[in-house]
This record gives sequence, structure tokens and C-alpha cells, in this order.
Amino acid sequence: MQTSARDRHDSPTNGPATGGLESSVQPRPPARTAGAEHPADCPLSIHDMTVAYQRRPVLWDVEYDAPAGKLIALVGPNGAGKSTLIKAVMDLVPKASGRVTVFGEPYRRQRRLVGYVPQRESVDWDFPVSALDVVAMGRYGRLGWLRPVGRADLEAAREALDRVGLKDFASRQIRQLSGGQQQRVFLARALAQDAQLYLMDEPFASVDAATERAIIDVLRAMRAAGKTVIVVHHDLETVPEYFEYVVLLNMRVVAHGPVRDVFTPENLRKTYGGRLTLLEEAAHKLAKRDAPV
Amino acid sequence: MMSGMLMLTNFSGWRSIDTQIALVAALCAAACAVLGVFLVLRKMSMMGDAISHAVLPGLAAAFLVTGKRDSLDMFVGAAIVGLQTAILIEWVHRRGEVEAGAAMGVVFTCLFAVGLVLLRAAADKVDLDPNCVLFGAIELTPLDGVRIGGWVVPRAAIPLAIVLSLNLAFVVLFYKELKLSTFDPALATSLGFDARILQYSLMTLTAVTAVAAFESVGSVLVVAMLIVPAATAQLLTDRLSGMLIWSVVLALAAAVGGHAAALAVPGWLGWSGRSASTAGMISVVGGVLFLAAWVFAPRYGLLRRAWQRFSISRETALEDALLLLLRGEERQAPVALRAMHDHLRSMSFSPLVRWWTSRSLKAEGWAALSEAGMRLTPRGRTRAAELLRAHRLWETFFDREVRLPQDHVHGPADRLEHVSDGALREKLAAELDHPTADPHGRPIGAP
Amino acid sequence: MIAAARLDWPSLISLLALRDYNTRVVVLGVGAFALASGVVGTFLMLRKRALLADVISHATLPGIALAFLVGSALGMAGKSLPVLLAGATITGVLAVLFVLAVVHTTRVKEDAALGIALSVFFGGGIALSSLVQQSATASAAGLDAFIYGKTAAMIVSDAWLIAGGAAIVIALCIGFFKELRLLCFDPAYAAAQGRPIVAFDLMLMGAVVLITVIGLQAVGLILVIALLVVPPAAARFWSDDLRRVVLISAGVGLISGVVGAGLSALIPKAPSGALIVLVSGALFIFSLVFGAKRGSVWRWLEARQLGRRVAEQHFLRSCYELVEDDPNRSFSEGALAANRVWNAEELARMMQVGLASRWIEPAGSSQFRLTQAGLESARRVTRNHRLWEMYLITHADIAPSHVDRDADLVEHVLDAEMITKLEALLAADAAALVTPPSPHRLPSVLPTGAAP
Repeated sequence: MQTSARDRHDSPTNGPATGGLESSVQPRPPARTAGAEHPADCPLSIHDMTVAYQRRPVLWDVEYDAPAGKLIALVGPNGAGKSTLIKAVMDLVPKASGRVTVFGEPYRRQRRLVGYVPQRESVDWDFPVSALDVVAMGRYGRLGWLRPVGRADLEAAREALDRVGLKDFASRQIRQLSGGQQQRVFLARALAQDAQLYLMDEPFASVDAATERAIIDVLRAMRAAGKTVIVVHHDLETVPEYFEYVVLLNMRVVAHGPVRDVFTPENLRKTYGGRLTLLEEAAHKLAKRDAPV
Repeated sequence: MMSGMLMLTNFSGWRSIDTQIALVAALCAAACAVLGVFLVLRKMSMMGDAISHAVLPGLAAAFLVTGKRDSLDMFVGAAIVGLQTAILIEWVHRRGEVEAGAAMGVVFTCLFAVGLVLLRAAADKVDLDPNCVLFGAIELTPLDGVRIGGWVVPRAAIPLAIVLSLNLAFVVLFYKELKLSTFDPALATSLGFDARILQYSLMTLTAVTAVAAFESVGSVLVVAMLIVPAATAQLLTDRLSGMLIWSVVLALAAAVGGHAAALAVPGWLGWSGRSASTAGMISVVGGVLFLAAWVFAPRYGLLRRAWQRFSISRETALEDALLLLLRGEERQAPVALRAMHDHLRSMSFSPLVRWWTSRSLKAEGWAALSEAGMRLTPRGRTRAAELLRAHRLWETFFDREVRLPQDHVHGPADRLEHVSDGALREKLAAELDHPTADPHGRPIGAP
Repeated sequence: MIAAARLDWPSLISLLALRDYNTRVVVLGVGAFALASGVVGTFLMLRKRALLADVISHATLPGIALAFLVGSALGMAGKSLPVLLAGATITGVLAVLFVLAVVHTTRVKEDAALGIALSVFFGGGIALSSLVQQSATASAAGLDAFIYGKTAAMIVSDAWLIAGGAAIVIALCIGFFKELRLLCFDPAYAAAQGRPIVAFDLMLMGAVVLITVIGLQAVGLILVIALLVVPPAAARFWSDDLRRVVLISAGVGLISGVVGAGLSALIPKAPSGALIVLVSGALFIFSLVFGAKRGSVWRWLEARQLGRRVAEQHFLRSCYELVEDDPNRSFSEGALAANRVWNAEELARMMQVGLASRWIEPAGSSQFRLTQAGLESARRVTRNHRLWEMYLITHADIAPSHVDRDADLVEHVLDAEMITKLEALLAADAAALVTPPSPHRLPSVLPTGAAP
């Protein structure tokens, strides 16, 4: 209840008025000096990042500072490097050049502050664990090596499951959950981790309407708690409804800023090219229709 | 080796010597089974095979250097080579972009070949038979006993006991870390648990275990002990802890049962007086346990799943039959038993299901047989009316809400009628504003 | 000692001339097997089924032992090679079927299914052969020869049997080359096209079983997988063309087989199978390092170069952006630092590189300017970069697969018409490139002198 109240309070202030102002005056220091420290209040700062697979670039000179405490959509066509961007930030793929800082420090030192929600296909759902076990994994980071999972951690995990509406499914083996429920388990795990910056790889991919609703509620609650959430997103239609900020990516950052200002047909054309937009949209709709309920 | 085996195994009764052999086998199997769970879950089963082959050059080198068989050097040599194998395979796979399976094949066969050549070279210096390393000589272990307390135990049991405790300690202490890094290595790394450290520790322990085991079962059959109990356990439980426990229990059963089978089975086959290789029979018994789980496992077994399919099909057939009878009564044309059978056959129900349906129609009091054909009992009529109502409501739904053509609404309704209980039916009716007739104009009936 | 005695010149020469009858037999048998396994192994590797061959070879042991027992019981010569190989084929096929059944009907994954099949069949084989060894008739039934390989035991009829099997396998692979390529490259597509994928797969597996069985005597069942896997893996470093990979793989196999067999004739004490595998292993390592297509030396150099070139391009572009409106203007290190995100060491290193390459020269107190050569390079790099950017924006749908950021000139990748179009666009609509907050300040007009 608290969440929704804050939500209502939030939306007007994050609307066009301040949004427009922020886009014209980008929060970028006027002059960077050699070896300058990066602002500690910037959740994610990417500089000149290039990722290449042999000679083929996947990401090219990516420059990006994420605004703090916002819901940010990372949007672009297939093969634009969205997942690669997230993985490169987390050192899961090697970078050809570039620097990444999280709250002013290299990622390596800030791991605990970053919560990662991978794509659903990235794990083996036959694995012998329950939903609660998976959510409790979010707490492992703060436990560190050797300390076993305690009562408090399980309590926190249960609470996180409750927040995504899966309280009654805690002891289910994860294969016995629907696709949408599996996605929510991942989200609950991120909640249990209690990070400051969340990187989510297509959490809305082929989920049912109820799950989509549940996920977006959780994302809003996260923002209300001051977290920064960057979400790889596929459905262009829902970007303005769900997100306040957007990054348009196609190998390079085509545009970024408040949705109101940046999410224009012109920029979308630059990101997707002409005809592909429709095809992608249709393909997405199809995927969504065929998603398991 | 073979002559020794002959001498020792020319009997078929169980003696104290057999208890000692079974003890060694059990320790070995348990030590392997604990690690095997994680190899199987990491989809690295064949890595266990690769490492157990690849430790051969490490062993041979240790023999060549020390000239002795049981020494700590041997374990150190094997551990180093085992770890290197894992790293090498990873490197060939990533750097050389060789497909994972092929990378494994390349690395372990080459290392194994090196090991064979070294072993031949070492054969002059040490009393060492490659067969011993490959297939073990568990039958000979009781010959070399040590006294611990009041007990004489085979010397081979001591390193195995140590390795077993080491493996158990590793799994218990790092249970949480192993669980996380096995399930989601990317998350593990992002939370500060370097997945590679755990990976390589696991590989090192696998190598050490393979060395401890080679004396009893040989390096080739280590893989049976690593993989088979763990994979069997996977069919029996949905919890990681459960899988560990089952894996150990199955391993112990295979070890003891394997030795017993080695003594007994040749007799059954008419070779009385002979006995089979214990190591070989352990893996055969492991395989038999796997087959048993495959067929009989309570949740994932073939029988259970076949029974589930049969139950669903039986229920559906019964409901279809009830509907057929009700429709016949609506038309005042009672359906004969024969006609019902034909109808069910046209819906491709199996003969067993058809027989079962006609049996339960009578036996469970759904319908009675009369001169004119089959008649629904009051109970049967109520149930059939419910089903018919669900069917026609769904037809209305697909016609109105989904706008399917009228000749297409029957199919989906036929499937959904079987899963629509009272609550769902009434919700549907409410949604459709309580219609009285279906798209074909037939009455929907009252709740 | 015996080994040393054989390692003299006369014996070496007689070996090379294949003067010895036995050597000729062994070279024929092993060479035919190794050649054929290089061919079929290529498809096996590309089908990602390399380890299945390991399972098949281990699973032949119970077949051999059973065939021996049954053969002896029926009064045949238990050691007759065709009988033993028939048994081996049967259990090898059974193991493949077992793996497929487990993968399709349980939650057990393929790797574990392979492990189970391998170890249980092999265990059964060990148990059976322990019984064989105890039977009175079998004076050391020679099963060891199948486990470790024993080329010396090969007689001429064996060699012809092997050569015949190898010929069948090679003929299959050549005859069905197209189908096998489709199977390895895109089975889903082939199935959608209505091609009988299952039949192709069965044919490939059949060929693998056959080659495994005939290889048992040459290298032994534990190492037979090596000749199915190592030559193709080595060949893959040399070419991306399937035809060539198959040829090279066959060549690597043949060399390993012949050289290995020759070595084992020279060093009779050493296990022959292991020697053959070691020769192929040496060829693999050579290919891994120096392979023309994917060799790690070239890969490593390429990766290093990429990093360096990215840095150089950044540097040149930064310089160019500072002096764009007046090429003779000088600038300070501080201005460069402000223009892009460097850290102090990086910038200092790039200044060194710039001075050494004579892209920049000192111009007064801690000031620098671009040399003529530097200006040219910087202009080219900047133009390239902007054209690519424009291309990405205007052709977002197709661009990512075409962009080659390391290409020296856009012209090498895109055609002239496209470039003219892009340049016009760049001149007309510079604003199109403004991506907030791009660190690259953009000119209103592309310098006319930029086109080389």
C-alpha cells in the first residue's frame, strides 16, 4: 500500500516537466580530466566501452551514465548488443576497451550492490531445488563463504516470494512452475539480494499478463525504495507505460534520456530501421500469444 | 593379476574376506557418489570420465619418480594432472573454439596415451600392470591388511576413507556455494563466489578420488561410480540434499550388491566355481538400479507416467461415453454398447481404455444395460448433463468471444469440457450472461 | 634394449621402404582405418556427438566377450575376427539406443546418459571377460588386443577387413556429403524441409560404429575415440570450408596412423595405439598454435591488435576533433584529456605512441599539433567513424552484420553508391548524429579533403 501511494506521488514529478529539463542539461560533468574519479552517486557509468567478437563489433564506443533511482528500459533490435551490454558491465564477457564504474568504483569492488536477473533459459530448471531455495540464493552474497543459510535468510526469501505473489509455491520444484512463475522467482531472488542497481535481461520475455503485471509492480516498488533498475525490454508498446527512462541501443547508444523526450519515432527509426520495427513487433506479439500461461 | 584373481575367487560362498572387499568397494563408491551429484548437475559427467583417464600420466610419472606405489606423491601427481586436465580442456574449448565434447576427447585421449607409454616404460622399474590401473584388483585388497584397533582392514581402505571424508567435508562445508555455482554460475560470480574456484576444486577432488579408487575398481570404472548413482538419484528426488543422500545409498547398494553378484551370477549362468570381476559387476548392478529407477521411480518413472496417461485417458473416455449416451437420449435413440465402442475407437482410445470404460459404466453405476441399448442412471444423467453444459458453454464462448467459425468451436470445447469443474462452469456462464442455447441452437441447460 | 637395437639406420630404411611384409600389412590396416576415421570424425564432431564415439567404443567390449563365449560354445574358433566384430557392433548399437532412450524419456541429461552407457556396458564387458579369462579354452583370449590395440597381431586378412570397412565408410561420406553437411549445419532447417534427418543421423551413427569396430585392433577401444576426434579438431584450425576440413582431417588421420604404426614397429615395447594417438596429438597441438584459420597465435595477435587500434583510433579522432576548424591549431594534453575519458596512464601512453608514429609533434610549451601525416590519418579515421555511425543510423536494420570497425576504409565494405549517399546525409543532417551526450562533437560539414 505504501508503494502504490508513493507511486502516485512519483509519477507527476517524473513526468514531462523535469524530464525535459534533464534531457537538455545532461548530468555530465562539463570537462573530464585525466584520471578523474567518477561520481559516486551515479549507479552505472560506462565509458567508451567496445566489445568485439574477433573483428566483429557487438558494442561500439558505448557512453552512458544511468540516472539514479529510475526505471530504465534498454531497447534495441535483435543483435543490438543489449544482453552483451549487461554481461560486459558484469565482467561476464571480455571488453576490448572501456571502463565501467558502479557508484564511482569499478564493478569488481561493488558486486554486492549489483543484482542480476538473467534470461530464463540460462539455467537448468530440472535442477533439484525449490522456489524458496532459489530465492534464498539472493542472500548468499551477504553471507559470504562458508556461513550456512540461516533462519533469517529463509524468512527474507519467503518475504520476497510473497512480494511476487508466490508464497504458496515456496516448496515447489522449479520445473513445476509456469514460465511466468519462474520469472517471478528470479525477480524475488533479486529482491532478496537487496542490491542498489539491478540489471535484468528480458524479464518480460514470454510471460503471461498476470506475471507482467506482478513484475512491473515489483519494479515500481524497487524504484520507490530508491533502486536503479535497468531492464532489457522487447515490447516497444509498453515502454512509455512502464519506464521513465530509456536507452536506445543498436551497437552504439543511439539515444538515451527520459522516455517522453527520447522515445520518438525518429529515434526508433534510427535504432530499428524502417520495416524491421513492424516485423519485430509482430514477432513479439506472436511469441507472447504462444507463451505458456 | 588374473591368476591372483583366479586363485582368490574360486568360491561362491560369502566369507570374511568378502566383507573386506565389500568394505573397500563401499568406501570407494560413496566417495565417488558424493562428487558425482555435482558432476551430473553441472552436465560434466564426461569430465569425470576424462579426468579419471587423464590422471594416468600423473600416476605413471609418480611411479617413475618415486618407484613406489602407495605414496602421497601419487596423490599429488594425480591432483596436479587432474586439475591441469580440467584447465586444458577449458582452454582448448574456449581459446581453440573446439566444441566442448571434442575438446574433452582430444585432451583426455592424448593424456591417456602419454600415460600408457609412461606405464610401459615404468613397468621395468615397478611391479605394475596397466590392467591393474585400468580395472583395479579389488579382489586382492584383503591380502594386504593393516590392524586398526582390534580389526584387520585392507590397507586400500585407508586412503579411500580419507578421500571419502575429504569429499564429504567439501560438500558439507561448501554446500551453499556448490548449490549456487552449479545452478547459476553467472550469479555466483556476480555475488563474489568465483565459480571457477569451485569448479576447479571439484575437478581436483575428482582427480584425487579417481586415484584413490583406481586401486580397487580401476580408473575406467570410476566413472560408473561417479555418474550412475547420481543420475539414478536424479530420478528419485527433487531436492539437492535428497539427491546426495540417495546417491550415496545407491552407491553403497551397488558396491555390496556388485560383489555379491560377482560371486553368485556365474553360478546362475552355469559356470559354477567361477566368479566375475567385482568392479565390472558393481557397475552392472549400478546400471540395473538405474533401470529400476527409470521404470519404477515414484514420480518420474516410466510406469508412473504411463499410469498417469492411462488415468487421464480413462477419465476422458468415460466422460465422452456419458456425453454420447446423453445425446442419444436427447434424440430418443438409445446407444448400443457396440456403437459406444465404435465411437470411442474413432476417438482413438486404446482397446484397454475402451474395455475399462464399458466395465466402469456398469460397475460404477453410471448406466444400465437394457433391451433397447444403454440407459443412463440418474447419477450418470446428472454427470453427463454437467459435461454437456460445460461443452455448450465453451462452444458459446469460442463463438462469441474468440469469434471462431461455428464449425470450429466443437474441437476446443471437447478438450475443455473435461477440465471444467462446477466453479469454472458457473464463472463461464456468468461471463457469457447465462446463455440458454449454444451457437448451434441447442439448449445449454440449467446448472 | 630391444628397442634400442631396432633404432639403427638399416632398420629405419627398411621400415621406410616397407620392405617388411608385416609392416606393410600393419601400415595398410592402420592407415585405412585412420584415414576413414578422419573423414567420418569430421561429421561426428560438427554434429557435436564426439563423445558418443567414446561410448560406442567402450560398449564394444561386452559384445566381443559375448561373441567369444557364444562362438566357443558353438564350436567356432572363438577368436575369429569377424565373429568378434559382429558382437562388438551389436552392443555398440545397443549403447547408442540406450543413450537416446534415456535422453528422451527421463530428465537425465545427455552427458550423464553417455556416462551411464559407457561405464555400465564397459563394466559388463569387464565382468564377462573376467569369465572368459577363466574359461579353460581361452588361453589368454587376446581381449587385451582390443582394449589397448595391438598392431603387431594384425594379419593380412584383418588388414583387408579393416580396409574394406574403411572403404565403405569413406564411400558413404562422399556419397552423402550434401546430406551430412545439412545434418551437421542445420538439422532443424533440414527437418523443416522434410529431409529424413533421422535416417541421416542413423547413417552417420552406423558409420561411426563401423569405424570404431574396425579400429579396435589398431588403437584399442579406449583410444579409438582419439582418431575420430583429434584429426577433425586439428583440421578445424586450418579451414572454414567443410570440404577442406574433411580432406585435412583425413590427411592428419593418415599421417598419425602411418607414422604411429611405423614408430611402434621401431619400438615394439611401446603400446602401438598410444603411439598413434600421440602423433595425432602432436599434429593437434601444432594446428592449435599455428593453424591458418583459427590458430591461437593469430587469434592472440589479432585480439591485441584490436585493442591497440581502438585506442589509436580514439586518440586520432580526439586530436582531430580539437583542430577540426583549423588544422594548424595546437592543443595541450589537458585539452585532449577533457575531450575524452582517459585515465592518466592511458593518455600518457597514447601521447607516446602519437609522438613515435609522428602523428603529432610538439608545438611550443606543452603544446602539440598534428603533423601532415597525422592530420591525414586522423581525418580518415574520423570520416570512417562518422560514415559508419551514419550507416548504422540510416540502415539500422541491416547494419550490425555489415559493420567492420577495423576495416581501414568504409570503401572496403560498402559500395560507392552507399558511401555517396551517406556522405550526402552526413553533410545535410549532421544533427542526425547527435546522440545525447555524445562525446564526439560533430562538424556541420564534412571536410571536403577527407575523401582519399
